[in-house]
Order: sequence, then C-alpha cells, then structure tokens
Amino acid sequence: MFDRSKLDQMKDKANQYEAQVEKSIARFPERRETFVTGSNSEVERLYTPEDIAEQDFLEDIGYPGSYPFTRGVQPNMYRGRLWTMRMYAGFATAEESNKRYKYLVEQGSSGLSVAFDLPTQIGYDSDHALSEGEVGKVGVAIDSLADMEVLFDGIPLDKVSTSMTINAPASILLAMYIAVAEKQGVSADKLRGTIQNDILKEYIARGTYIFPTEPSMRLITDIFAYCSEHVPQWNTISISGYHIREAGSTAAQEVGFTLADGIAYVEAALEAGLQIDDFAPRLSFFFNAHNDLLEEVAKYRAARRMWARLMKERFGAKKEKSMQLKFHTQTAGSTLTAQQAENNIVRVTIQTLAAVLGGTQSLHTNSKDEALALPSEQSVRTALRTQQIVAYESGVTNTVDPLAGSYYIEALTDQIEQEAMDYIRRIDDMGGTVAAIDKGYIQREIMDAAYEYQRAVELNEAIVVGVNKYQVEEESPTGLLRVDPVVGENQTKKLQALRSSRDNEAVEAALAGLKKACEGDENVMPFIIEAVKTYATLGEIADVMRSVFGEYQQAVIV
Amino acid sequence: MEQMIRVLVAKPGLDGHDRGAKVIARALRDAGMEVIYTGLRQTPEQIVAAAIQEDVDCVAISILSGAHNTLLPKVAALLKEQGAEDILMLGGGVIPDEDIPFLLDNGIKAVFTPGTPTSKIVECIKENVTK
Repeated sequence: MFDRSKLDQMKDKANQYEAQVEKSIARFPERRETFVTGSNSEVERLYTPEDIAEQDFLEDIGYPGSYPFTRGVQPNMYRGRLWTMRMYAGFATAEESNKRYKYLVEQGSSGLSVAFDLPTQIGYDSDHALSEGEVGKVGVAIDSLADMEVLFDGIPLDKVSTSMTINAPASILLAMYIAVAEKQGVSADKLRGTIQNDILKEYIARGTYIFPTEPSMRLITDIFAYCSEHVPQWNTISISGYHIREAGSTAAQEVGFTLADGIAYVEAALEAGLQIDDFAPRLSFFFNAHNDLLEEVAKYRAARRMWARLMKERFGAKKEKSMQLKFHTQTAGSTLTAQQAENNIVRVTIQTLAAVLGGTQSLHTNSKDEALALPSEQSVRTALRTQQIVAYESGVTNTVDPLAGSYYIEALTDQIEQEAMDYIRRIDDMGGTVAAIDKGYIQREIMDAAYEYQRAVELNEAIVVGVNKYQVEEESPTGLLRVDPVVGENQTKKLQALRSSRDNEAVEAALAGLKKACEGDENVMPFIIEAVKTYATLGEIADVMRSVFGEYQQAVIV
Repeated sequence: MEQMIRVLVAKPGLDGHDRGAKVIARALRDAGMEVIYTGLRQTPEQIVAAAIQEDVDCVAISILSGAHNTLLPKVAALLKEQGAEDILMLGGGVIPDEDIPFLLDNGIKAVFTPGTPTSKIVECIKENVTK
C-alpha cells in the first residue's frame, strides 16, 4: 500500500522509537507483560504502515458498495438510511406481545423481531409434558395459526418487516406468517422479513434442534426454493455467529464457524439444484457485538471481505448482491453483569458503536437488566435510546467506514480473516461443517475458548468491572418482569377449545399430505401452509415430521 | 487412596444455553472431581435416574430459561422419593435473588447466580460432601 522507499526510510525512526520505549519501560514497566484483545489475541504496542505494507487498497479495502465490500455493502451507508433498530421482543401470550410490538412501533422501532418461547422453538405444543414451566417464558407461545393471528392483529404485514427467531420449525412459523398475511389481504410477494432458519448453529451452540442434520438441511433448501419463487423479498436464513460467540468463542472463531455454516447451506442449495445467484442474495448473517470495540469493527469488515471472496471465487457468483454480506447485530448478552446492572448501559453503548462502525444493517441492543430477568419496558426503552443517541448525536454515521486506514484496524481485519480462513480450511479437510459438528470439533474449539476466558476472569487477568474488581455491596433488585404461570394453563385451554372447534377431518387430511411429502422429495412448504390453514397445531405438524425424519441425538462434549 | 467426588451436571428444561454447565463441568473436573454431564433437555425423571445410576454425591443443575421454580423442586422431590435425598443438590443460572429462599426451602442446598467464580462452587461441594 505504501511506497517501498518510504517504508525503508521509516526504519531508522522505528529503531529510535524502539530504543525510546525500552528506556521508558525500564523505568516505568507497562501495566502487563502482554496485551490481548477480548478474544485473547495479542496486540502490539504500535501499528505502522509496515503492518499493512502487503495490502492493496483496491483489492483488499476498496470502495463501499463494491467488491470486496470490506467498507460496507452500500455506497453511502448511513448517510442514506440508518440501520434498522430492531428490538427482539416477545412475551408470554400473543396478546401481550402484540401490545409490545405496537408500543415499539410507536416508539420509532422500524422493524419487528419475534422471540418465541422454547416449546414453540422445539416444536412442542404448550400442553406437551416437556413444556411444563416453559410456556411463555422466553418469548411468545404459538400453538397454531389462531395465536399467530392475534400476534399480528392490527399490524399491516405489507408495512413492517418482521424477523422471527425460529430455526428447527422455521418452515411452520413462516407458513403461519404467510397465512396471516393472506387473511389481511397481503400477498406473499409483499412480505419482508427474516427467519433465522440456521440449524447448524443450533447443533453447535444454541440447542433448539429437532431433526437430524440431513432432513434439516432439506427443510432449509425447500424454504430457499419456495421463497425464491413465492416470497422473493424474504430473507430465508440468518446465518448466526451470535450464539457461537455467546457460547464463548473468539471473534475469529465467530467469523470462521459462521461462514463455514454459510458454505454448508450454499453447498446444500446447489446440490438441490438451485442456482447460486437465485438464492444467495437472500442469505443474511447475524453477528455479536462484544466489548473490544476495535476488534469487533475489524471482525465485521473481515467477514464482509471473506464472504465476498468466497462467493465469487469458490462458488462463482456473478451478481454483486450474492457477494454482499448483510448482517444483523445484537449486543453481547454474555458481557452483561448482574452486579451493578446500570453499568451494562455503558457496555451496550460500546457494543452499539462497534456494530455501527462495523457497518451493520440492523441492531438489537440488550437491556441493562437481562443478566437478572426478562427486560422491563423502561430498560428496553433505554436500550433503544442508546441506538438513537449513537445514530443522531455521536457523529459516527456522517462518513462511511470511518476507521478504515487505521493501521491497527486494517492489520486486525487481515489477521481475523486469516484465522477464520484457517478454520474454514480445517473444516473443509474434515469433510465440511456437518462432519465437523458430528465430530464435536467446532463445539470443542468454542468450549476451550470459553473455559480459557473463565480462567482468565478468575485469575483476575481479565477484568470485569463490578464482578472481579470495583465490587460493591448491593441490595437485591426488585420489580423484575415475571411471567404469570397462568399463561401455560390458558394456552392449554385455548388448545383444547381449538381441537374441538376446528374441522378435524381437514386437519387429518392435510397432515397425511404433509407426511407423504416428507417421505418423498417434493417441496414440503405448500403442504405445511395447507396444514396450518386447517389450524393443525405446531406440535402436530412437527410430530408428523418427527415420525418421518427422526430426532437429532446430541453428542455430549465437555 | 481418597475416593473421588462424583458430580452430575444436569440441564433440565428446554433451554440450550450450556456454556455455564460445560464451564462448571470442566472446572469441577480440574478440581479433581469425576463429572458426568447429561446434555440438554433432560426431564427431572431422567436426571434423577442418572444420578442414582451413576451413584453421584452431587447433582448440579444449570437452568437459564426461567423454569427453575418448577423444575428444581421437582428434581429434589423425586430424589427424596427414591430415598436419595442425601445427594447434594445445587442450582445455578439466571435466577432472581427473590426466588432463592423458595428453592432453598425445597431441597436445594445452594443457588449460584451469574458472576460466581467456579472456585466457590468447588468449595461448596467439598464442604458438603464427606468422603
């Protein structure tokens, strides 16, 4: 990037600097022997043009909005439109969640994000034995189309974009969304939103899987194929590093494993006969925003450049849109502390800056009380205000990719790309991501990093303010949001009423049709849509699929 | 030779957040205990059956879904039913302070919330299990 003769001229000055530092350290030792990033990667004292001498501006950094998209996917980024401030929310019942969504829209939230409770995420109805104590706890309980109609009541589905955090039963919830829209008179081609639909990271880190790997990958490619024809504006998958990072991975692992998952989906879709440029533009990503501000910014930039190169060079994509890595970000739940919870607002602010300086397309900011319980309305508002302050007051949105050209940022972007590519090569050598998951390789690498971090905290090598330094005696927090246990009972009553009032013959017929489709190789989406319209429940539909596909057995790795 | 303390680390309920369970499993192992980890989505019945079959001294339950008030006492009650109430029961996860007295009254010896050093859990097990 720099003139070699200029770099050579720097040598003398660099030597002088080294000598000066040696002298200074001899008198005043540095605070620690080595300095590391939040991912335990060593950081040099100083970065200079020498560290990025090998970089080529046009090939490696370039202009925003064009290949390799290191600086962002749009040419003018936030000068045009700010990122979507998308707050993940979903409480107990469809009625309550509906109220919260209306509140968020009034407060200026520009997209909805639905959290489902765990039984819904794992394809059990609220009255299933395993649902006991879990109904409505971490999100909304959806048992049938009837609940989904209530959830989006009064919200025009052609006007909002909706993100649904749903994976193993993503096909079923998407089918319900399409059916609700149809009742509102909104055709599927007008729908905008995202389903997470990323099963591989469920096996790796998040745990809400149902079916074994092979039928799961088929369901995903069926969704790709169906949406590219009927729901063209829908993001069919959100390939998620978020949970990999929450499970304790490093920044480079987050990028490496997430992009490896992405490669697996692309390969599965190509194998199913889809054309790369037909589905690749609808792939989206989801990353974490941690506390190490500059490492995180470098991480997003590295991920964008890598994906562009992979899509172009490995998969031969032709459309620019296929090469653009677009991503949602959520601030890191695992960095929040139960101790002195108000400090979390500061952490979330740093993380917000990281996501914005890294060029995110949408962002959820966590609330300060999330290490204690589900967030209260007031703390959700503060979290949203944090984004708005960064957007309107901090000035970082005025120019595109403002940290580009920093010797440190560019060197770190390179380093993360190299480390992440090493992981992808290792996974390729193992026979791909599914094989690497089956061997427990990915899970073990993450676990090692998580344990290493815990050890560093306990030895006070890593400082967490309020936890292992600057502690105070505190009163127990009160007024935490709680889910009424009656929710489970009500949901069960609703189910009973539904089962006796619907046309059960139609349900049986639709489920039989779905079973046949699962056994064969027809696209299952039209059959699932048919089934949800008869008010077959989520659990009934998932059970039909379980009966054909079987269930995933987890490899227990400690 | 001193007999090793045996611990079952268990994850009841449906939540998949097992970073804590796994970190604690490793820490207990590094502290010289024998550790069995159940994996995800265990019913209270499965946990109790595993505890008895593996003849453990301690069951350490990790739960982050909010279902602790239902599931932890259920495990304790089932252990008692099987005559295994001498097994030390510990709970951990995102559990509000105001729920802790209820859990302590219902067969849980100690509850550990976010930010607890693993050394504290090791200490608690060593104090309460005599071998």
